[in-house]
Amino acid sequence: MVKLTGIYKGMRKGYGETLIELGKKYENVVVLDADLSGSTQTAMFAKEFPERFFNAGVAEQNMIGMAAGLATTGKIVFASSFSMFASGRAWEIIRNLVAYPKLNVKVVATHAGITVGEDGASHQMCEDIAIMRVIPNMVVIAPTDYYHTKNVIRTIAEYKGPVYVRMPRRDTEIIYENEEEATFEIGKGKILNDGDDLTIIATGEEVPEALRAAIILKENGISAEIVEMATIKPIDEKIIEKSKDFIVTVEDHSIIGGLGGAVAEVIASKGLNKKLLRIGINDVFGRSGKADELLKYYGLDGESIAKKIIEIY
Amino acid sequence: MVNKVNKDEIEKLKKIAKRVRYKIVKMVGLAKSGHPGGSLSATDIIVALYFKIMNYDPKNPYKKDRDRFVLSKGHAAPALYAVLSELGIIEEEELWKLRRLEGKLQGHPSMDTPGVEICTGSLGQGFSASVGMALGCRLDKLNNYIYVLLGDGECQEGIVWEAAMAASHYKLDNLIAFVDRNKLQIDGNTEDVMSLGDLKAKFEAFGWDVFEIDGHNFEEIINTVEKAKSLKNGKPKMIIAYTVKGKGVSFMEHNVGFHGKAPNEEQLKKALEELSE
Repeated sequence: MVKLTGIYKGMRKGYGETLIELGKKYENVVVLDADLSGSTQTAMFAKEFPERFFNAGVAEQNMIGMAAGLATTGKIVFASSFSMFASGRAWEIIRNLVAYPKLNVKVVATHAGITVGEDGASHQMCEDIAIMRVIPNMVVIAPTDYYHTKNVIRTIAEYKGPVYVRMPRRDTEIIYENEEEATFEIGKGKILNDGDDLTIIATGEEVPEALRAAIILKENGISAEIVEMATIKPIDEKIIEKSKDFIVTVEDHSIIGGLGGAVAEVIASKGLNKKLLRIGINDVFGRSGKADELLKYYGLDGESIAKKIIEIY
Repeated sequence: MVNKVNKDEIEKLKKIAKRVRYKIVKMVGLAKSGHPGGSLSATDIIVALYFKIMNYDPKNPYKKDRDRFVLSKGHAAPALYAVLSELGIIEEEELWKLRRLEGKLQGHPSMDTPGVEICTGSLGQGFSASVGMALGCRLDKLNNYIYVLLGDGECQEGIVWEAAMAASHYKLDNLIAFVDRNKLQIDGNTEDVMSLGDLKAKFEAFGWDVFEIDGHNFEEIINTVEKAKSLKNGKPKMIIAYTVKGKGVSFMEHNVGFHGKAPNEEQLKKALEELSE
């Protein structure tokens, strides 16, 4: 079972550590970065395998172009930067050079979402799930915590094809007891907590917040089922179909085009008779502040989520 | 010059190039759309690469240690397709279905087409990918070369200079690039649209060895590549090839109108007459 542990650890740390493990396991793993290797944690791999690490400098477009070229020579390629630049700046290259030819490139982006914090709106990428999700052949994943990230990275290394992974900057709360508990399968959602009245579907760093919200809801007599939706594309349609009749999506991303958008599409296209509340960034640009302050300001902390649900329920 | 090419070989290459040009014009004419001008200007370079320069086995086009050719100016796809058909990698019948729903050949090169090393068409990206290929092949300790052909208008893309910087930073002397310097882009003369200025000085400043040649002279193309290969000095090589847009068809030569426009029926007939053997 999962629980809020009060222990915070960076998903990107999990990423960096797993890259080293993969580097040892596979000779053909190569890693690229765009001058942010200290932040994305790819520097760990660079130190261990300098001959297989390529810094593109502040040039995300060429980083992805090089990644594509390397993939054509049979490499498993990880390319990292902040989500704003990895997905935004390099979008068209990802579309045309990576996704179109289905090359084995994993774009692993950190510093996603509003919780980037102090750097402000220019760096707060709340649109990456949307713009990556519309690209054919692309898999889009947001891991849940440090342990979960490790399994996500291991899994995508085995998967042949383009993948986009988004992770936050801040250390996030660990909800799994250990790596073994933090299972991951591409395209499969996971029920973390059973509940009778409604289903909260959360992704990424919002999963612990959803768990926090569920505790408050319980105190208020509302029993919430919690679904971890780590893969936003391909989305687990079955788990949405089986959800309660009131679904709440929670994400540190725009309510347009992200998890909420994806769930809305399933509800509409399957003709499901379900009510949907999308909690996320409401089509606005962010602002500077501390991550915790911003979560509250934009209504993405557990308390705010619970409050909003109680209002509507 | 390092390697004197004999006259018979040159004559052979000229004949192939003429057939390739014939196919380009016919293909684009039948498709009623496409880019004949830049395909014709690039023809001799691509023919020289596949039929003389590259270590490439058409019967085994995915051999690991093959030399690779990337057509970064992807709109010249007809030239690449025509050459691949001459090599027997693409069936000739497919050429006449270019850009059609019932055909396999896309308007711009797709990796679904055998012999195409990377999807191109969005400018600058093939060049960037070729840098990654050169890195990957070096990592595998292959002794092959990556050849890439850029358009001159293409050099206005920012990613070209990001890639140029990276190629020299990573000392990729297994990368040999060409710029098809026909001086025309869709909106007109490159120097009027967005001047490229001294392209040689620019690439030199980015750490490349730069050569300037006549891009329609097989001897120069071949000998310059030989020279570039002999300089194992850790610098990527750039060959600026001065060419004529629409080369080989009298009324298409130097004519910007045929950058992205197919000949009409009458023009097609006239062009094919000129290119007949």
